[in-house]
Amino acid sequence: MSDDAAKSLTRDVFATKPATATNPVDPYLRMDRMPSIWCGGCGIGTTVNCFTRALTECGLDLDKVAIVSGIGCTGRVAGYLNLDSFHTTHGRPIPFATGLKLANPELKVVVYSGDGDLFAIGGNHFIHAARRNIDLVVICVNNHTYGMTGGQVTPTTPEPAIASTTPYGAFEFPFNLPYLADSCGAVYVARWTTYHVRQIARSMKEALSKRGFSFIEVISPCPTLYARRNKLGDGLDAMKYYQEKSVIKHGAATSEVGIGFQGEIVCGKFIDRERETWIEAYDRRHEVALGAKFTPYPTGLVDAKKE
Amino acid sequence: MVAEDVKPKPKKVMKYLGTTFVKAELCKGCGFCIEFCPTTVLEFSKEFNSKGYHYPLMVAEEKCNGCDLCGLYCPDFAIFGVKYNNPEYKPAAGATKKEAE
Amino acid sequence: MKADPRGVLTGAHYMDGDHACCEGAIAAGCRFVAGYPITPSTEVVERIAQRFPRVGDGVFIQMEDEIASSIAIQGAVWGGKKAMTVTSGPGFSLMMEHIGLAAIVEAPCVFVDVQRGGPSTGLPTLPGQADMMQARWGSHGDYEIIAVCPNSPQESFDLTFLAFNLAEKYRVPVMVMLDECVGHMHERVVIPPAEQLDVVERKWTDQKPGQYKPYEVTDKSMVPAMCKAGDGYRIHITGLTHDERGYPVMNWQAQEKLIHRIVNKIRLNADEITRFEETDVEDKQGNVADVVVVAYGITSRVAMRGIELARAKGVKVGLHRPTVIWPFPEKRIRQLAQKAKAIVVVEMNYGQMYYEVERLAAGKCQTRLLGHGGGTVHDPQTICDAIVEVSR
Repeated sequence: MSDDAAKSLTRDVFATKPATATNPVDPYLRMDRMPSIWCGGCGIGTTVNCFTRALTECGLDLDKVAIVSGIGCTGRVAGYLNLDSFHTTHGRPIPFATGLKLANPELKVVVYSGDGDLFAIGGNHFIHAARRNIDLVVICVNNHTYGMTGGQVTPTTPEPAIASTTPYGAFEFPFNLPYLADSCGAVYVARWTTYHVRQIARSMKEALSKRGFSFIEVISPCPTLYARRNKLGDGLDAMKYYQEKSVIKHGAATSEVGIGFQGEIVCGKFIDRERETWIEAYDRRHEVALGAKFTPYPTGLVDAKKE
Repeated sequence: MVAEDVKPKPKKVMKYLGTTFVKAELCKGCGFCIEFCPTTVLEFSKEFNSKGYHYPLMVAEEKCNGCDLCGLYCPDFAIFGVKYNNPEYKPAAGATKKEAE
Repeated sequence: MKADPRGVLTGAHYMDGDHACCEGAIAAGCRFVAGYPITPSTEVVERIAQRFPRVGDGVFIQMEDEIASSIAIQGAVWGGKKAMTVTSGPGFSLMMEHIGLAAIVEAPCVFVDVQRGGPSTGLPTLPGQADMMQARWGSHGDYEIIAVCPNSPQESFDLTFLAFNLAEKYRVPVMVMLDECVGHMHERVVIPPAEQLDVVERKWTDQKPGQYKPYEVTDKSMVPAMCKAGDGYRIHITGLTHDERGYPVMNWQAQEKLIHRIVNKIRLNADEITRFEETDVEDKQGNVADVVVVAYGITSRVAMRGIELARAKGVKVGLHRPTVIWPFPEKRIRQLAQKAKAIVVVEMNYGQMYYEVERLAAGKCQTRLLGHGGGTVHDPQTICDAIVEVSR
């Protein structure tokens, strides 16, 4: 891959058509594990595609980018990316990522997981990591369902969607994820749908370069379960719905971007602010309290391989 | 300033701006690339891959500009677009048929 | 290699078991602790929070719950640090899923359980020893762990230090099973100079990225070499059953291969791992006492008093005290059962390690449980009475 192509979001340039060519995203993926387990029309792979573009553009040393996922369809992302990747337990990628980041602050740690994993079982960890402003990028692929286990209701399923555990229609009030992230103190909050591929890649790139807790929600189709049960067509029909019903409002008030069943989807970058990260706060407080006796963390990050 | 100085120089118009490569075996027939191609150069093949999916075929290469939006949408990394920079390039006859790797 | 002197509080101290446990961890090179307050363990992390900023290179974070703590330490392990979490019964129950994760991904880490009365909220400020089986079997699935059992603040230091070494050597989670008595009793703790403390370093791979496979064993040890994130290895680590590349493989053959190794790396090395101390159990001629008392933790100290009382009545009785209690000292108990008349297991529960002893005795000698619900230590007289009774 040429250096210019590597830096741009578009592709290789040829003089004549070669017999074959390698997909420039292949080096970012574990191609020995393809095709992926995701269904045809599932949007998770699209978000991963966008992520590879963001990795190309962000200028980070990819040896130092680590990816942590939970359990579920989106949780499988870690297994397909050619980075140091960790497929942890259900709901717990964020505390794992916290430990990883604090142990080696040089790493850029990305959490990539689904709506059920991050906001049901993982909800407590999300709000605390956001509050603490742990330097993490959290990407939530929100398909309003627990896909892997057969399409159960999640905290983002809107009324009256059918799910396997709400066979007569969901009736709980769903989370408005950008609002939740904003209220907990996330410094970067954006939402897109899998239709908005260039914007997703751009948001991911911005979040990768940002210090602090960044959150990106990507609304994505689940053709096999959520869409089929609710007679919404297939993945492509969902994409057309996103195209039609989404509206971009950068800086919108996050309290007003809740999504109803097949309703309007407000997309955009809602929050982009600066705040002290956990490590910065830790160092500041201990410096105030201990003065010269305290060496700011991370002190002389010991390369454990020496000795 | 004379009118001639600002007259645009005649550019060689490139007939073929770009093309796509498809890995048919990775495709799951979702249709995103076909739907969202801005110049509608892709269509579903009549054939199936070994998993039973129809995969995309380039049917109008002269309209492809190599923007790679198909590549960006693809959830399965099965298609990607490339640009040409050679105005003399002309695809060989039959090049729009199955291009599986 | 030797301990990092910045972390070793050399000298003679008067401190409680919780504090000594903290010092043992720091001396062993622990530089990441995630914890959640729970009586009677809180003092361990309180001291860590105070010590780490002065030791340098270490960080403590109080997580939002024990579930977060038990996995944050594993993130830190893959970030290259030695890590520990600390809890008591209710928190230990919450940590079970992640103990299983540590076992299957083979993450070296230490879990401290300062046992209290249970079940559930139980008796937060009073001792118990009813988590012993849970330490071994608490998570779902097949796996092995190592557990140590200090009976004094000095041993809290020594065995916590050992726990880190065992964790690194076998790439396994290690439990430090304290109890509220040992945790809160103040005694003399002597911490030697750093150059007298031998620390087991992580088994870092010497292979290059591309060559290295996270679960490939390249020597006779059954333990694969480790790496850390950020060094270009681009590893994939998953809690799913996996092959040598770390990739999930969903079939029984991969399951058998993996489970066989993670279980046997401990079982086949049990004789080297397990440790115990004996007082008056066997003499130089190989004669074994009539009655062997098996006890651990604070109960072992009370048992010594019971043994003294029984000896005064003429019974030939000794104490077998496991210090590395999982794997249980199977070989030794089997030997003792051949020669002793009876083994009395004294523990602060309704029977846990007793079942191990009964199983190993296999009917060769009488076995007796002297247990109770916890909340206080045994009355030495009841121990004496039990010893006397079985000796007849």
